[in-house]
Amino acid sequence: MWTIGPRRAPRDAVRRQPVVRPQGDPYGPVIPERDADTAPRVDDHCGLRHYLRIVTVIATESLSKRFPRVTALDRLSVDVGPGVTGLVGANGAGKSTLIKILLGLSPATEGRAEVLGLDVATKGGDIRERVGYMPEHDCLPPDVSATEFVVHMARMSGLPPTAARERTADTLRHVGLYEERYRPIGGYSTGMKQRVKLAQALVHDPQLVFLDEPTNGLDPVGRDEMLGLIRRIHTDFGISVLVTSHLLGELERTCDHVVVVDGGKLLRSSSTTDFTQSTAILAIEVTDTDEHPDGTRAVRDVLHARGIDTHDGSGLPGAGHILLLTAEGEETYDVVRDVVADLGLGLVRMEQRRHHISEVFKDSDEQALQGGDEQRKEAVGHGG
Amino acid sequence: MAVEQPPAQTSAQATAPARPGEQTRIHNIGYRNYDGPRLGRAYARRSLYSQSLRGAYGLGRSVKSKVLPMLLFVVMCVPALIMVAVAVATKAKDLPVDYTSYAVIMQAVIGLYVASQGPQSVSRDLRFKTVPLYFSRPIETADYVRAKYAALASALFMLTAAPLLVLYVGALLAKLDFSDQTKGFAQGLVSVALLSLLFAGIGLVISAVTPRRGFGIAAVIAVLTISYGAVSTVQAIAHSQDSTSAIPWLGLFSPITLIDGVQTAFLGASSSYPGEVGPSSGQGVVFLLVTLGLIAGCYGLLMRRYRKVGL
Repeated sequence: MWTIGPRRAPRDAVRRQPVVRPQGDPYGPVIPERDADTAPRVDDHCGLRHYLRIVTVIATESLSKRFPRVTALDRLSVDVGPGVTGLVGANGAGKSTLIKILLGLSPATEGRAEVLGLDVATKGGDIRERVGYMPEHDCLPPDVSATEFVVHMARMSGLPPTAARERTADTLRHVGLYEERYRPIGGYSTGMKQRVKLAQALVHDPQLVFLDEPTNGLDPVGRDEMLGLIRRIHTDFGISVLVTSHLLGELERTCDHVVVVDGGKLLRSSSTTDFTQSTAILAIEVTDTDEHPDGTRAVRDVLHARGIDTHDGSGLPGAGHILLLTAEGEETYDVVRDVVADLGLGLVRMEQRRHHISEVFKDSDEQALQGGDEQRKEAVGHGG
Repeated sequence: MAVEQPPAQTSAQATAPARPGEQTRIHNIGYRNYDGPRLGRAYARRSLYSQSLRGAYGLGRSVKSKVLPMLLFVVMCVPALIMVAVAVATKAKDLPVDYTSYAVIMQAVIGLYVASQGPQSVSRDLRFKTVPLYFSRPIETADYVRAKYAALASALFMLTAAPLLVLYVGALLAKLDFSDQTKGFAQGLVSVALLSLLFAGIGLVISAVTPRRGFGIAAVIAVLTISYGAVSTVQAIAHSQDSTSAIPWLGLFSPITLIDGVQTAFLGASSSYPGEVGPSSGQGVVFLLVTLGLIAGCYGLLMRRYRKVGL
């Protein structure tokens, strides 16, 4: 029967045919005629399923949460659309409180909030059935295996026993846990534990997941892997993500949209692409030809003649060969293309140099100081 | 992460080819959405109940955690088997022990079981902070409390009713009077059902206070044995001083004597109080009310405790 592997037969293996397994394959053979999923799928385009169903995933309206001594959330109004959204703020900024309210577990002092179009005050149970949650803290019992734990959590989400086992096997594989999933969780590394925590949040195929500080305690490699995985939750799985962090840098690559909160107030909510599009910096590199021994200079001269300023990107790698210029809009790309083509040079690269979100943060800090309420309105406008 | 994974869009091509000789090739089937049924809150509660009930006997847990509950179960049943064997062999007219007094005799085993499995059931969730995960699912506080309470009470009922079943089957094999035995067995079952509810409640309330399992175990044992020790000592003193009217009332102050009182008053049991001075029917009502009140109180305390836990 099962030739290698776990101490116990993998009860959760999706295919249970007693066939000889090829070496190194933990999941048993896939038999194409049986396993091929020929039915047309609505989610063939990433996340289409969810895009069709809802445009706004999370909406809050002057949401406040006051405790006797502290105000955790102060009239927070924000709309979040599908995709990966980063929720950034220092420790104690109100991120976890917001997630609690959005899960319908803690009533808001005032204001209202909707998740997936459901009111958090009245439809908490329905929301929690459609939403996954990965807590910040450790939450795994050490004496059970990842498989058993995730199967149990799947059933707690309402999945029938067979489906719970199949989804568990699938989900653990997707987060990158293989043979070790039959071992007790107590022996796992931090990275593996984070994966199990993520798996239990995804196992019931939610439409939205809340990930509370998923990169906490991971080394740089583990952090990168986790961020890549978070990105895939949206692009490959079609699940919208709200991920909190106190590190701006790591959300920059991962998120479509960033919401910055501080002291329970909304500091800024804007899409990462919005920002980079409005002030995009283009980097251009061209080849040299016999006619133009210094292609870079030739391009620069022509561009100058057309009234486009360039910098040589001194101090950066490849300085001297790379031209940096500010893209005013779509037409800048066309101008560069035409100029390079007219000169008969080869265009080696033309890429956007992205600003860092920390600059957005700095920016918004200053703006927030200047005009509080206006800023909030504008931020809400950016949302969704 | 470390998995190489084509996006879901390509999954159709990845799984489609079915050429001969490719049977053993691994196809990456990508992410699949779940469109099946979601059975909701009641099902989740049932799942938690069955998981906790299995857990109370160590099923679905490590081998180590199976040892104690299984051992206690065996210890609970062996005396019943011996009694049955004796009754059958000696062709006795009656079983050596009443159905109702079996649990009272074996109370130390029952106490140990509650002390070991109560904390196992709830302290672990608190200690490893699994509780927030439960509450991020469709279930509510009440579902969690009910599932855990029902699971431990059921586990206790199995533990206490199994030896009674052994006795009953044995009695029938020994061709003892059928109606007598059936009546006694039924009374015994009602009694252990009450006992299971009461002990489970007490055990869970104590265990739910502390995330540390060791404290929970010690506290449950302490509460059960100290209260019983104190009550039976004072009762013995009262008996030796011939103040027999005080003896039944003293029985209100420990769980096992409380159950003893209820079954003496209503379930035809002979009291194990000193001098066999059990409560009368009138006093029995008080005993019953106190028992039910304690059970309800335990439930209420658990609800209060978990309303605070939240996320």
